[in-house]
Amino acid sequence: MPTDRPNAVELVEAVREFLSDHVAPNVEGQLAFHTRVAINALAIVERTMAQGDEMDAAELGRLKDLLKQDGDLQALNGELARAIRAGEMDDRRETLLAHLRQTAEDKIALANPRYLTKRG
Amino acid sequence: MNSAVQDPNLSAAEQLSDVLTARLASEYGAGTKIEGLVRLSAGASRDTWSFDAHKPDGVRQALILKRDPMDRQADKSFEGVPEGRLAVDRRTEGRLIQLAGEAGAPAPTVPFFLDAGGRTTPGFFTHRLEGETLGRRILREEAYARARPKLAYQIGHAATRFHGIDYDDLPKMRGLGAADELLHYRTIMDSFHQPHAGFEYGFRWLQERLALAGSRYALCHGDFRNGNIIVDEAGLAGVLDWEGAHLGNPSADLGWMCVRAWRYGYHDKMVGGFGDLEQLLDGYDAGGGGRIGLEEMHFWHVFGTLRWGVLCMILGFTHLDGDQRTVEYAAVGRRAAETEFDLLLLLD
Repeated sequence: MPTDRPNAVELVEAVREFLSDHVAPNVEGQLAFHTRVAINALAIVERTMAQGDEMDAAELGRLKDLLKQDGDLQALNGELARAIRAGEMDDRRETLLAHLRQTAEDKIALANPRYLTKRG
Repeated sequence: MNSAVQDPNLSAAEQLSDVLTARLASEYGAGTKIEGLVRLSAGASRDTWSFDAHKPDGVRQALILKRDPMDRQADKSFEGVPEGRLAVDRRTEGRLIQLAGEAGAPAPTVPFFLDAGGRTTPGFFTHRLEGETLGRRILREEAYARARPKLAYQIGHAATRFHGIDYDDLPKMRGLGAADELLHYRTIMDSFHQPHAGFEYGFRWLQERLALAGSRYALCHGDFRNGNIIVDEAGLAGVLDWEGAHLGNPSADLGWMCVRAWRYGYHDKMVGGFGDLEQLLDGYDAGGGGRIGLEEMHFWHVFGTLRWGVLCMILGFTHLDGDQRTVEYAAVGRRAAETEFDLLLLLD
């Protein structure tokens, strides 16, 4: 990625601010709803750019421990899904669940951090 | 088949108004006027309108029309598996609402139907009920403060009314036992070719515990949740949106009602964000549905949660596959993570 600024993170931020400051106040109905959805989607991208690498590294570490093998995130997640389905993880449920819960919590922290606390 | 065509020189409301004027003349008499016609929702699977019929004798009847969308697309399939959002057609849906009402479930009156023609898709009418359907408002607004504590019991009771309808009285519908329904979602999940360890564990957990599902088989509403009910100040006024109705294990409806996604953050109230499981089960028992065991309920709560996760993924892939490119579906696809989190909290 180029080091020139604005960098990718800053460009996404600029688009999100444009949508929320200039588009959202001037549209209504379905278009207003979709604008809000678009703003939220860009916020997911921003959070992923800020925290995604660290989460990926932690997830990869857990997967290697759990499966006792090497590989990248994509491959090991595929292998984990296969092993669960084949019943090969049945004897390690506690560690498996701890890993899956941590991974899901990380996904929510990116996709919708308010989910765990928001009411109404 | 859908051969109805929208006249480009008329708005959707203008054309429908003509159709309704002709249709209602044959029910209420010539000279019946259509007033206040507004569209309530438009989507891939339905087109809903509200209006008043002003009869020749001066009496007004508030009505809702639910019909197939004029530009209805074919039901989406995943490698041959129908997704099932359009599980029943509008005539069947209207008939089921009539049957549910006759069986004693709160449901709107379905006075007559709208046949397909050159100018409209098929649909059915209901007398418009007064009340609230938006889940968040039902949970938040002061007007429903006295209704909320009654709802779970009333919902349990209402479910027994339609779960108990004699099989021979039902129109022809698709049916799936618990094992087949699990396989249905399993097959859809596999068609994404996107390994998902969290949901995979949900499938494993359910597969191991299929015996807990029980063997009941009856009419299921199919989308029985906070959002598809209408509530007034006295409580449950009607069960709506029967388009997902099918034959299956009726405990699935009770489990679906408990899925966390429609508690809108009121997580301490397991049933729809307004009630407790015991109240739901008490209402079901009192209505003659029997006492559903906690293990069976837990199975169907887990099942419903996993099903919602798969449905979120369906919407995400409906966008990715190009069937319907929309940022809304793309975003819903990522909401599967919320359901995954909910699911994993329920599993051991």
